[in-house]
Amino acid sequence: MTDTVSFRAPRNQWWDVWDQFKTHKGALVGSVVFIAILLFCFVGPTLWPYDATYIDIRSRNQGFSLAHPFGTDQLGRDIFARMMKGGQVSLAVGVVAMVLSVFIGTAIGVMAGYFRRIDGLLMRMTDLFLALPLLPLLLVMSMLFRQPLSSAFGVETGMFLLIVVAIAITSWMRTARVVRGDVLALKEREYVLAGRSIGTPPRRLILRHILPNVLSPVMVSATLMLATAIITESALSFLGMGFPPDFPTWGRLVADGVDYLQQYPSRSMLPGVFISLVVLSVNYIGDGLRDALDPRIRGR
Amino acid sequence: MSPRRKLVEVRNLKLYFPIYGGLLRRQVGSVKAVDDVSFDIYEGETLGIVGESGCGKSTCGRAVLRLYDATAGSITIDGENIADLPPETLRKKRPSMQMVFQDPQASLNPRMTVAGIIGEPLDEHTDWDRKKKLERIYELMDAVGLNRDFAHRYPHAFSGGQRQRIGIARALALNPRFIVCDEPIAALDVSIQAQVVNLLEELQDQFGLTYMFISHDLSMVRHIADRVAVMYLGKIVELAPVVDLYDHPAHPYTEALLSAVPEPDPSAERRKDRIVLTGDVPSPANPPQGCNFCTRCPRVMDICRQIEPETREILPGHFVACHLHNQDKTTGRTGGAQAEHTQNQIQQGEDA
Repeated sequence: MTDTVSFRAPRNQWWDVWDQFKTHKGALVGSVVFIAILLFCFVGPTLWPYDATYIDIRSRNQGFSLAHPFGTDQLGRDIFARMMKGGQVSLAVGVVAMVLSVFIGTAIGVMAGYFRRIDGLLMRMTDLFLALPLLPLLLVMSMLFRQPLSSAFGVETGMFLLIVVAIAITSWMRTARVVRGDVLALKEREYVLAGRSIGTPPRRLILRHILPNVLSPVMVSATLMLATAIITESALSFLGMGFPPDFPTWGRLVADGVDYLQQYPSRSMLPGVFISLVVLSVNYIGDGLRDALDPRIRGR
Repeated sequence: MSPRRKLVEVRNLKLYFPIYGGLLRRQVGSVKAVDDVSFDIYEGETLGIVGESGCGKSTCGRAVLRLYDATAGSITIDGENIADLPPETLRKKRPSMQMVFQDPQASLNPRMTVAGIIGEPLDEHTDWDRKKKLERIYELMDAVGLNRDFAHRYPHAFSGGQRQRIGIARALALNPRFIVCDEPIAALDVSIQAQVVNLLEELQDQFGLTYMFISHDLSMVRHIADRVAVMYLGKIVELAPVVDLYDHPAHPYTEALLSAVPEPDPSAERRKDRIVLTGDVPSPANPPQGCNFCTRCPRVMDICRQIEPETREILPGHFVACHLHNQDKTTGRTGGAQAEHTQNQIQQGEDA
């Protein structure tokens, strides 16, 4: 210990986080891939000459070429453009559904773990949701609410809301259980007791001491959730209960390609590969972030 | 010396943890962690609480700060009974009473920086701006002997002794008057223990603090405490000024405890006749009838198995709950009146 009375200006902690994140190779590659896919989906359409819904029946079923890098489908639509457009929807659905689901799951998990009084109630509710058969439930929901939502918000926004909410409320249970388990253990830790002895009210105890320490499981379930959300949306679209048929999403592109699997296998494989890439890259990013946000691992 | 003010008065404190069992999860019994405990702590003194593990000393310390809600009894700190304060008033009262925890590893949030941890009480109870808070944090770090450069590091980067200093700085942040030290040295190396105890003593002199020092280390308690309370199975069996207690233990349990203190001189150690207690501590869920200690007491009598001994003052300031001291000295003084008689004894305890 030196006795210098030097005040080294505290470095912004996010720089430490970034330094640690950089050391995680997988996370770096994951971020590059994810950002590339984001650019492809959201910036690509403004540069690409073909529209996703433009039908050119004379040039249908073409293979890979410079004009159509991924070929064209049975109606002559450019698959490259459809991939970009479909990616926008799939990513948006995936991210929003993930955020919503993780939010609900974490909130319920923390409440159940921290407040013993409502634990039983919330956990039985979680069990109830776990016991529901999900796909039939989703189908019933989209049957029931498709019309009213479409007329209220327009077809696309209406369907988007419906799908996002449907995915979120059928997938938060795992997060809730994991978080509850962690909170039960954390709230008996001495630093939580120390917080109480200082007079910190429960609300801030949760925000300051509990939530940052359940970050790891939440992060893991969030990255997994993104994958589940994209795949569930694909499944819904595949079953014809998602977005309207001419509206491309990655899931629908896979479904549309299935009919032509023998002749043009790339048609369903390409969107499949994109879904996998997104899921994989997000998993790696999540892994890197979790390490970077943990001060015990950081700086080793 | 003028009689000093009582800062903390604990009267008939009981803390029972319910046990649920059976098909309907009904309460079938309770663990009597703290059973009818009364004591006072005077301003500026250190009350040591000793006893073996599981005797309820930590629970007692936590109940005194109302980290657990007491089953019965009153805890008066600075003239206010905190046992039944509503949450918001209690919150306002918190700054005057703080706690130093046993495990410095577990009592610091691994995701907060040292400045964040020490500053947490300030965030909760002051509306200072960042600069003023940081100034105060640096001041506290100086007081406990931490380098100011460490303010923005995380707890995992510190050694056990340094972590305990962080914990002490946090407890000091709001200028408390009363600090419960819950085995603050139990998790530390012997060389560090002395440092931390000396630090606690220096801070006591500097800020006029009052400590309730919970420990199972009898020699450390002898060093730091003015008065000592010995707990066994949720009850205080003996409470006396430190010199009295160590030189003339009155309760058989205290004698046994003291005989277990290691002697640095090997030949003296060999000559010493250790009182080895047989058997285990009875379950606090099902304490024996009569005196709690009757199952293991080397000097047990018939009356011990039937009637619970009352706390009596056998010498001024020296309280014992044991039938051995009831027969000859039944002067009718009982536990409720104990406080008044201790005052003149404190000075003696302090000179130790």
